[in-house]
Formats: sequence, C-alpha cells, structure tokens
Amino acid sequence: MSLSLSLTVNGIARTLDLADPRVTLLDLLRDRLHLTGTKKGCDRGQCGACTILLDGRRINSCLALAISHDGADILTIEGVAQGDQLHPVQAAFIAHDGLQCGYCTPGQIMSAIGLLREAQTGDDPERVREAMSGNLCRCGAYAGITAAVLDAQRSMADAGRAHAA
Amino acid sequence: MNRFDYARPATIAEAVALAAEPGATYLAGGTNLLDLMKGDLVRPARLVDVTHIPGLDAIEPLADGGVRIGALVRNADLAHDADFARRFPAIAEALLAGASAQLRNAATAGGNLLQRTRCAYFYDAASACNKRTPGAGCDARGGETRMQAVLGWSEHCIATHPSDFCVPLVAFDAIVEIEGPKGRRECPLEHFHRLPGDTPERESDLAPGEMITAVRLPGAAAQFAGHARYLKVRDRTSYAFAIVSAAAALRLDGETIVEARLALGSVAAKPWRAHAAEALLAGAQANEANFRRAAEAALAEARPAGANGYKIELARRVVRRAFILAHAGTPARIQALPASPFATGALRHV
Repeated sequence: MSLSLSLTVNGIARTLDLADPRVTLLDLLRDRLHLTGTKKGCDRGQCGACTILLDGRRINSCLALAISHDGADILTIEGVAQGDQLHPVQAAFIAHDGLQCGYCTPGQIMSAIGLLREAQTGDDPERVREAMSGNLCRCGAYAGITAAVLDAQRSMADAGRAHAA
Repeated sequence: MNRFDYARPATIAEAVALAAEPGATYLAGGTNLLDLMKGDLVRPARLVDVTHIPGLDAIEPLADGGVRIGALVRNADLAHDADFARRFPAIAEALLAGASAQLRNAATAGGNLLQRTRCAYFYDAASACNKRTPGAGCDARGGETRMQAVLGWSEHCIATHPSDFCVPLVAFDAIVEIEGPKGRRECPLEHFHRLPGDTPERESDLAPGEMITAVRLPGAAAQFAGHARYLKVRDRTSYAFAIVSAAAALRLDGETIVEARLALGSVAAKPWRAHAAEALLAGAQANEANFRRAAEAALAEARPAGANGYKIELARRVVRRAFILAHAGTPARIQALPASPFATGALRHV
C-alpha cells in the first residue's frame, strides 16, 4: 500500500508517495529530499542534531513519523538564510565560535531559532542554557552557543525596532 | 522497527474501532513509542494515529475551578499556558523539568501517562525482562539498581515510572477520561498505573482498545497555588530523568497547615501518593520538624531493591526540602532551572 503525503518544506509544496509508513521526517528529508543539512546523530531523541521546525516549533525529526505529519510546514537549516544573507542566528554562531566540528550545528541553530520564537528566556543566560539542553555538543562549544543565542536575540530585536521605525 | 499497518482515524469512535485489532497501538507524539520501536522493544501490528482527531487538544477551564486537559495537548503548550501555570504552578514546573524543549513540543498529556519505564534492562533487548516477555525473569534484580524502585516493587519487576507530569497530577487528584469499546469511563490517576505484582507487563488500568481522551483536575487543586512546588533530583540539572522527585503543596491558615498534598516520582512503578504523610501534616504547624516527620511517614514502607537504599534517604530529604520550598511560597515566575535544587535562591529558605 502506498501512502501519499503533502508537506511544505522550506516554502516549497511537496507531494510524496511513501512505500512504507516507517519513514521518519529525518530520513525523508535526508534520503528523499536530499536535504542533508539536518543531521542524524543518535536517531533516538537524545542529541538534538536532527532538530527542525515543524509548523514553527522545534522538534526532533528522528522521533516523528513523516506520515503522521501530513500537511505540515517544515523549516530546515537549508531554508533559514535569505539567499546569501545569513539568518541572524547563523551569523551569531560564526561571530561567537558557537561550533567546532560543526556536526551538531544545524540542530543547534534550528533549536535556537525555535527558542527565540518561543520567547521564554529573555536575556538570562541560565534560561538560554536550560532551553538549549536538548542539543548536545560533544566539542563543548556551549559557551559560544549561549553567547550566540543571546547576541542573535539582541540583533533581531534591534532589526525589528529599526524596521518598525 | 517492525512493519506495521498505519491508520489515521478522524473521530474517537473510529480510533477505538481501529484499535480493537490485537496488536494495535495508539500513536500520539511518538516521542517514546518510536524510540521503543526503533529498539525493537515493542512491535505493534498497527499504529492508530490519533493526532488528526479534532477536539482533543484543548485546555478547558471547568465550572468548579478545575481544568480539563485534552489528551493531545502538548507538554510545552500546557506549561506555557499562563492561566494554567498560575493556578497549577507545580504542574507547570514539573512539565518544564521534563525532557527537552524539542520533546516537550511533541509529547502529549495522554502519552505522558502511558510512557514506559526507563529501566536499562527493559531497554536492552538482550536482558531478561518480565515486562517485555512475561515469565522471562528480571535481570535488574541483582543488577545495577541505582535508578530502580524503593516502593511497591515485586520480585518480578523493580522498574519505576519516569514521569514528572504525573507526580503533581496524582497529588492533586487528577482524573483520567477514557473511551473504549465499552464506552466512556473515568479513572482516578492514583489507580490508573499498576504496581508490578506478578504481572509487570500490565502497567495501567486501560483495557485493550481503550484510549485516554483527557486528564481532569478538580478545582480544589487550584487552592494550593500559593504554596505548590515540584523538586527533582537528577544526574544532571537538565534533560535527565529523575532519581527522586516530589510534588509538595500546602493550604495554610497562618502557620497552620489546613491540608497538605504529597506525591513522589521515580520511586515506584507508579507516581506515588503519600496519604499518610499528608494526614500527619493536616492541622500541624508548618515547620521543618513536621516536614521531617512527614518525610519519614512517606518512606515508612520503602525497602531497597538492591544497592539503591540511598534513594530512601534521598527521597526523605527531597520531601522535606519540597515542603520547605512550598511553605516559602510559589515563586512569581518558574525559576530558570525548573524544579532544580541548584536553582539560584533555592537554598535561601533552608
């Protein structure tokens, strides 16, 4: 039995046929759509490398069956920059050395974008660390990651004010 | 992961009919179920995906001051609902002390109740486990027991229920609303999870094909809002299951306790309501000596399941500390590290 699935991925509507309902969103993105920016780390919801935004909210794509999310709007790391202009979170990760090997970075950045949309942390580094605890970095770039999230939040607020003015 | 048949019902009645098939399992957030399926630890013949059924994701205030939480309400949505968090702060704190932000965005209220144990032997397909294969034996007995139960365990199973959310829920007399092949019924959460006895594979009161549709809190639960805390001790400060946790709440008249509520987490196969401790505190003065007596009473029946006797003393201290924090008053805002004993200012009251 073939299953039909409609998704919007990085703004593009896609209709896909699934031969098997076992496919996760992570595997669909990487193997069917060749969007390999989303990483497979543990594949069990423990590391956060596979973080994407599903209908605007960060989730672990390894623990989501694609077929269950028929109709969803998905944003991956490939969809966050505007052409050559990096997303403020991407720029802040570079500015603050929020990475070393880079494997966890797409997940960190998607998680940070989700965190900023949730707007629960304010400028408290402790709350940012707590809200980023679902993303492991085995290189230990945590200090830079926290600084990058706080900096991106400031720059996005500044840009928002400039835009409103 | 085994092959399975996927079904997506549009109504509860349709879901219940689809789940009547032997081997069928409901799918909601999937954060625990998919993990278990990837480990080949559960092998459902059919997944009945309830996430497209309308009407199950509402947080509805009730006339008595209580609240009805739809089974599909996401953990994060409940914790961040301002009205809910104001009236049931210990529950919001427990939710935010569990898992990670990503998982809280996916995991549901109903699924939280039905999450499986985190016993390492249950998770290791090469180990004997009476939950996975009834009669196979329990390799946790005589094994690594530091995370295992100290209350209500049996020779057949010493696993714990890992939920944070369920701990304050059971303290506040939550009711589980259930639909199934025989119609609609309710079950107090306190009686929803089962102790292992000689059937550890039966973890809840649900009959085959039954689904949780909502969890209800009575209005009386909101009367504790000013003095209600959740405290969770774990191996790391965030994104870890509890070693021991406690939800403690007080209704005070001056310094006299009118009513106390207490439940413990990760000490048994179910969220553990401590009625004897509550009875001891009713009418007593709110002070550390009485909190200590309540803690003794809460753990009076505890016994180690191996080398985990430390959890009994730890649980007493967690209970005492949770009551000290509850007595000091619910903070206006949930602390930066929810339910953590290491939170800034948490030591001030001791």
